[in-house]
Amino acid sequence: MTTMLWVVVPYMAITVFVVGHVWRYRYDKFGWTTRSSQLYENRLLRLGSPLFHFGILLVALGHVGGVLIPKSWTEAAGISESVYHFLAVVLGVLAGAMTLAGAAILVYRRRTVGPVFSATTRNDKIMYVLLVGTIVLGLGTTVLGNLTDHPHDYRETVAPWFRSIFYLQPKPDLMAAAPLGFQLHALSAWALVAFWPFSRLVHVFSAPIGYLTRPYIVYRSRDPKHGTRAPRRGWESLNQR
Amino acid sequence: MRVMAQMAMVMNLDKCIGCHTCSVTCKQTWTNRSGVEYVWFNNVETRPGQGYPRTYEDQDRWLGGWTVNRRGRLTLKGGGRLRKLLSIFSNPKLPSIQDYYEPWTYDYDTLISSPLQEHTPVARPRSLITGEHTKIRWSANWDDNLAGAPELAAKDPLIKGIEDKVRFEFEQTFMFYLPRICEHCLNPSCAASCPSGAIYKRSEDGIVLVDQDRCRGWRMCVSGCPYKKVYFNHRTGKAEKCTFCFPRVEVGLPTVCAETCVGRLRYIGLVLYDADRVLAAASTQDEHDLLEAQRQVFLDPDDPEVVQAATAAGIPQDWIEAAQRSPIHALINTYRVALPLHPEYRTMPMVWYIPPLSPVVDVLRDTGHDAEDHGNLFAAIEALRIPVEYLARLFTAGDPAPVNEVLRKLAAMRSYMRDINLGREPREEIAARAGMTGEQVYEMYRLLAIAKYEDRYVIPPAHAEQAHGLEELATECSLDYEGGPGMGGSGPFGESSGGVSPIAVENFRMLQNRQSTDTMAAPADKAQRVNLLNWDGKGRPEGLFPPRRQS
Ligand code: SF4
Ligand code: SF4
Repeated sequence: MTTMLWVVVPYMAITVFVVGHVWRYRYDKFGWTTRSSQLYENRLLRLGSPLFHFGILLVALGHVGGVLIPKSWTEAAGISESVYHFLAVVLGVLAGAMTLAGAAILVYRRRTVGPVFSATTRNDKIMYVLLVGTIVLGLGTTVLGNLTDHPHDYRETVAPWFRSIFYLQPKPDLMAAAPLGFQLHALSAWALVAFWPFSRLVHVFSAPIGYLTRPYIVYRSRDPKHGTRAPRRGWESLNQR
Repeated sequence: MRVMAQMAMVMNLDKCIGCHTCSVTCKQTWTNRSGVEYVWFNNVETRPGQGYPRTYEDQDRWLGGWTVNRRGRLTLKGGGRLRKLLSIFSNPKLPSIQDYYEPWTYDYDTLISSPLQEHTPVARPRSLITGEHTKIRWSANWDDNLAGAPELAAKDPLIKGIEDKVRFEFEQTFMFYLPRICEHCLNPSCAASCPSGAIYKRSEDGIVLVDQDRCRGWRMCVSGCPYKKVYFNHRTGKAEKCTFCFPRVEVGLPTVCAETCVGRLRYIGLVLYDADRVLAAASTQDEHDLLEAQRQVFLDPDDPEVVQAATAAGIPQDWIEAAQRSPIHALINTYRVALPLHPEYRTMPMVWYIPPLSPVVDVLRDTGHDAEDHGNLFAAIEALRIPVEYLARLFTAGDPAPVNEVLRKLAAMRSYMRDINLGREPREEIAARAGMTGEQVYEMYRLLAIAKYEDRYVIPPAHAEQAHGLEELATECSLDYEGGPGMGGSGPFGESSGGVSPIAVENFRMLQNRQSTDTMAAPADKAQRVNLLNWDGKGRPEGLFPPRRQS
């Protein structure tokens, strides 16, 4: 069971994630979009969307700091456990609350604004459940853990387990020892990861950083591939790129 | 000198009768799909009026186009790159659907399926966005022919500051139609605003296109374009815009709007321009100098030096010849009667307009004057401040001098040709008063009034050895492409996801879907939205269509 949950599930999710993205990018470039609904409604979106997106960027950053960077590194850098913990909890809860508030506004908007609701696909709904579920579990575990006064040090269990997956020497026992909250958060996160390539979340990978450096006006040559008809086999143009 | 070719259009506004044929044929061709019901790549607005989307010209509000900053550098009015990225999660300047209009259809089905009753059944309007009953409040041409003008026209951004004068002279109302498509700018701010780099200008013919596979739906182009000619397809989540009918133009056919234009007022042809000079011209400090600056960017295709440079730049011989015969070049540079729309947006637009003389002529005729007499016409152009000032705000950033000059030429042509038509001796001095020779006036008359098909459209076909694949030949089944006609419709990720299907096939599928659908507005994962322009009673009413043949 331990192996199943903490070794097989992660590897499966990662595989689906990678292969899914490659497949989706090749098969469905046209469907690769944010599918914004700003055209329908702007008042709630103007509030909720930046709140959510900036929040989740902070959350992602926090996970890099807490999970990817080993405890020994931060200690070597002279950050004591209590300082780290204080920072992590304050920033984490702040970012998490931001994200959750943003998500709440967005979900409320989805539900109540007619056009937005009718533009919501089943795919979106699954995505929302997984995403919000993961956020709630994560935030809940952190807050509850700290309220009960002996917070679990996930940097001894969850973090090394997570890294071990990528070293290809998985240590499921570490995770099996973690409190239930963390386990649920991790599982729901894997589910989200596996669903990711099939949802609108793919737009994360098109964050347009290149815009900062490219020239303003893009020139492109007429693409001979884009006629109204694909050339028949054997009749493809020779200089097709 | 870096010579590039640009496909461009000129519209002669005096001849537009405001029939909207161009808009409708364009819509049937390009935007009859769901998600773009509210989109008109070609729209015709009555001026004075608010335009479509409402008050799009108010750049203090929408911040479209470019501006010159304090250091004299050209920057996007809506903010630079970093600012764009930071506001990417919620575009602060995106027009809402209400600024366009909420598209609708009618409950036609009640007309045929209602039971026998005392009252005639009514087809009530339904929103194509929500599928609910709706009240129609606005459309793409709601203020057509100055409808509701006392209330609505006052909101025209172009009469800010002269509202009083306009209202004062309302007994002498003037109006004209302004058909608009994407300007295919030399310095497109839509492309500059696109974070993904999906909007590009084709280096062969300058047509500005959205790469549907690269667009990620960030919506910055919509707010970046000052003419609001990029639209967001809310079903596919991608930006769409006028394509200058590239599949037609590539085989030498004019665009659909031009081909079907009832007034035959559209001209299409090439201009050669110097790409190295575009940025400097767009950065010209004084707005009034922008018109001349843009004219200077164009190259004279008869100049041997230009021809040589063009050949060196890889422009084929027949394209250079087409540029020499181009009606666009003649109207912009030789006769200098065409003017750009809002040069002050600094995008270097490439759809130019011959301003209408008719407001002036109408006033003259209505006041009992001889509207053909050049003396009267010239005097009226001077005296009628309002129409000229209004036209100047539209075409020359508010400078009345170039508008005056054009109107004088048109007036001179009118009088000069009257003499010829009445069999009288033509009077050279009329032409001279507009700074032309009689011969030039006659040539211009041939281009503007006779306007033969082959003079209006000088379109060299694209140079691609697979041009055959671009035509939709009736001799071959247009569904016969790799992958077969089984594709089309919806993939699992929303409308039209999945591999690219040819445009013709896609349209065919969508129309078929819509004509046989059961609901008005359906969940987005099914492609079954109905459209105003097609049969859209729900489903296939019994007896209306012959039974489907079993295959
Ligand atoms: S008019 Fe056309 S080319 Fe110019 S900025 Fe707008 S969309 Fe782009
Ligand atoms: S079809 Fe021609 S005449 Fe009719 S509205 Fe369009 S541009 Fe004007």
